[in-house]
Amino acid sequence: MPTTSTTTHVTLTLTDLTRMLRESAGEEEGVDLDGDVIDTPFMDLGYDSLALLQVIGQIQREYGIEIPDDAVVDAETPGALLALVNAGQAGQADAA
Amino acid sequence: MSRTAVVTGLGVTAPNGLGTESYWKATLAGESGLGPVTRFDASGYPSRVAGEIADYVAEEHIPSRLMPQTDHMTRLALTAADWALADAGMDPAELPEYGVGCVTSASGGAVEFGQRELQNLWSKGKEYVSAYQSFAWFYAVNTGQISIRNKLRGPSGVLLTEQAGGIDSLGQARRYVRKGFPAVISGGVDAPLCPWGWVPQIASGLLSTVNDPARAYLPFSAEASGYVPGEGGAILLIEDAEAARTRGAAHRYGEIAGYAATLDPPPGSGRPPGLRRAAENALADAGVTPGDIDVVFADAAGTPALDRAESAALVALFGPRAVPVTAPKTMTGRLLAGGAALDAATALLALRDGVIPPTAHVTGPAPDQQIDLVTEAREAPLRTALVLARGHGGFNAALVVRRHPDA
Amino acid sequence: MRRVAVTGLGVVAPGGVGVKEYWDLLTSGRTATRRISFYDPSPFRSQVAAECDFDPATAGLSPQEIRRLDRAAQFAVVSTREALADSGLDTSALDPGRIGTSLGSAVGCTTSLEREYVVVSDGGRKWNVDHTYAVPELYRHFVPSSMAAEVGMAAGAEGPAAVVSTGCTSGLDSLGHAVELIREGTVDVMIAGATEAPISPITSACFDAIHATTPRNDTPESACRPFDATRSGLVLGEGAAILVLEELESARRRGAHIYAEIAGFASRCNAYHMTGLKPDGREMSEAIDVALGESRLPPEAIGYINAHGSGTKMNDRHETGAFKRSLGDHAYRTPISSIKSMIGHSLGAIGSLEIVACALAMEHGVLPPTANLHEPDPELDLDYIPLTAREARPDAVLSVGSGFGGFQSAMVLARPERSTA
Repeated sequence: MPTTSTTTHVTLTLTDLTRMLRESAGEEEGVDLDGDVIDTPFMDLGYDSLALLQVIGQIQREYGIEIPDDAVVDAETPGALLALVNAGQAGQADAA
Repeated sequence: MSRTAVVTGLGVTAPNGLGTESYWKATLAGESGLGPVTRFDASGYPSRVAGEIADYVAEEHIPSRLMPQTDHMTRLALTAADWALADAGMDPAELPEYGVGCVTSASGGAVEFGQRELQNLWSKGKEYVSAYQSFAWFYAVNTGQISIRNKLRGPSGVLLTEQAGGIDSLGQARRYVRKGFPAVISGGVDAPLCPWGWVPQIASGLLSTVNDPARAYLPFSAEASGYVPGEGGAILLIEDAEAARTRGAAHRYGEIAGYAATLDPPPGSGRPPGLRRAAENALADAGVTPGDIDVVFADAAGTPALDRAESAALVALFGPRAVPVTAPKTMTGRLLAGGAALDAATALLALRDGVIPPTAHVTGPAPDQQIDLVTEAREAPLRTALVLARGHGGFNAALVVRRHPDA
Repeated sequence: MRRVAVTGLGVVAPGGVGVKEYWDLLTSGRTATRRISFYDPSPFRSQVAAECDFDPATAGLSPQEIRRLDRAAQFAVVSTREALADSGLDTSALDPGRIGTSLGSAVGCTTSLEREYVVVSDGGRKWNVDHTYAVPELYRHFVPSSMAAEVGMAAGAEGPAAVVSTGCTSGLDSLGHAVELIREGTVDVMIAGATEAPISPITSACFDAIHATTPRNDTPESACRPFDATRSGLVLGEGAAILVLEELESARRRGAHIYAEIAGFASRCNAYHMTGLKPDGREMSEAIDVALGESRLPPEAIGYINAHGSGTKMNDRHETGAFKRSLGDHAYRTPISSIKSMIGHSLGAIGSLEIVACALAMEHGVLPPTANLHEPDPELDLDYIPLTAREARPDAVLSVGSGFGGFQSAMVLARPERSTA
């Protein structure tokens, strides 16, 4: 099995994130992801921890970054997740 | 007197008809859903005919949130379950919290989803494996997703007996009704039409390699050459007859009157296969004699040896050409875990309308098979039907359904 | 009502093949978790598992069986033979139609399927996988029902047979199914249990993806820590357990050794989430209540609980909640342990392995401990039997399980001669 290689320094926008949320986990009925959702808890947007794991996986693959395990617990809103990814808290992926 | 289990709702997804009435109309008309495989490139395989459901658009039936986490198989199953509940006019929320269970059958799981994730793992790496892989492919997924979507907190189960599973799940649903649960959603839906679902079936040696859709699957005939796989199946709502009466259920397709399952003896033991015993036990369970059976929905394996064994069991039980035998699955292909549930639904529709659907493409049984094979739709007063199924490896199951006075 | 006795046990488990080795491990407080040796685990977040040192030929399988059977099916057939021998039951003297088979498995023949997938897909390169490389056994592996047929045929059983596949409650539910068949009179004997051999790259990958398995790779032998404050996920295991179940009166008539009666069983669904659990444990509690009711035992009769104890934060809270809800104050007085701390979580098999542990606990008067429980989680305030086995002679024991799909199951074992309320 191949392993992913690395790139660094990414800026993830809310638009990127909502696109990936839609692709990875679909969209809850009655929720407008194009609205003002930056501080809306993921739970209220209809996303559970599995959905978050799935979208975090997609971010890691698309941007070649490593996002810490705790992100799924700590980042309760799109804004918090973006901050965590963009503030460089995300380390470089292991080149195993 | 134990409780009576009646069928009050049907949901059908079949290659020759999406939705119960569309399927039933096509089936009575002898319209087949078999055709060249289009779901994947089958040109390199010796078998290239399947029963595909052409007109199912998942987005019309499945919420967006469920799309990334479900295989085609589970989407079809969720849709069939929705239809069964709607047909029965039942809202499970109106029943006791733990009152409604769910039991389904499965064969190889959600194999297309599984193949995609295996490919992701082995071609790209473990980071590419979906978080949903942990459950989306596995054998319990239809029961789990149907239960969650409909808030079913009663007993839930999953029985695997390959193509006999549809009957076993209905037998299990009846058990729960007899234990006092007012309703159980049951049946089976399968969708093995992808390369990783296809190749194992080729390896079984039982797939037909005749690639004319009208000649590929000819059970009981002298030209029987194997089977054609299909996708789909049926979900049935099984209710306690008393509970159905209390809530004023609109209709009863019939009663699950008898059920039995057996396992064949090991190859080479010299002992007879278990299909006849399953049928006899199911008849005894229903309290009926062979003379009471008005029609048999056959397993119809499509390979000469298995067809002969089934014909011989029928002749031993009923006498030569003593009961009409039919195999409408000639129009859908064998649906693995979905097949026997669809046959049960079909038998119930036959009871409702007093008409036996035909065995398509077959002109008549091989000379050594002394059965009255119905090859044109045949009207008949029908009260009691026997449904037979066999699962690869030695499983046999039999179900007796009969009209219910509340119908 | 017809009652159900456990008269024979057979086990393949991490740490040893056979019931004796299994019980030695469980009561020693040793663990069988280790760094994965079946493949290179280094790409994975979790690199530990409880593997069986299982040699099929030494375990008595014929060359043809070894070729034909997936590892999980091999475990099941070996366990079946041990259980039948242990029961002293001569199945050839019985009507084979009155003997049934019920085998639990969550992921079937996944090891063989993945191995063969890699071949026919040429290492994942081809979507149109190549049938010319398919082994004849591939379809048997594709449909795990084949394993129930193998077990039934090995036992001379021609009654109803099925694989019960309800995720990680499969091993309890397959026994519950068997109990139903005996009670209703369809059969007199059931060969029942469960098997699983899930330790393969695809299983590692999918549990990695949801962070279900522990990343504690530096200390594999203490990686699974149910109820401990430092617990960080489950450890995969493998194995099989088969039980011979008989109608109680006929077992007594033939003078069979009776380990215990399976006195009650229930399964419920949380209808909540495919993988998640609500902390209150309501549906598991409902299953426990119904299983106790079937047993005609009050909660106070339960002298030991074999917990699901998978080692995830979510599970341990969930079932602790369920025990309190069902047993009330008695929950605080009941010894509880998770043998997954020692043998890992063998998914569909574990429920049957745990029921064998319960039967052996009643037989020997010893309760297996929860290994690696050094630092109790203050939120979990029951008696989880830390580290060392404990002598006790419970007259009734409870075992529970939770499975992906929302499945919640509970089973009660009791001495058949108990007085019932």
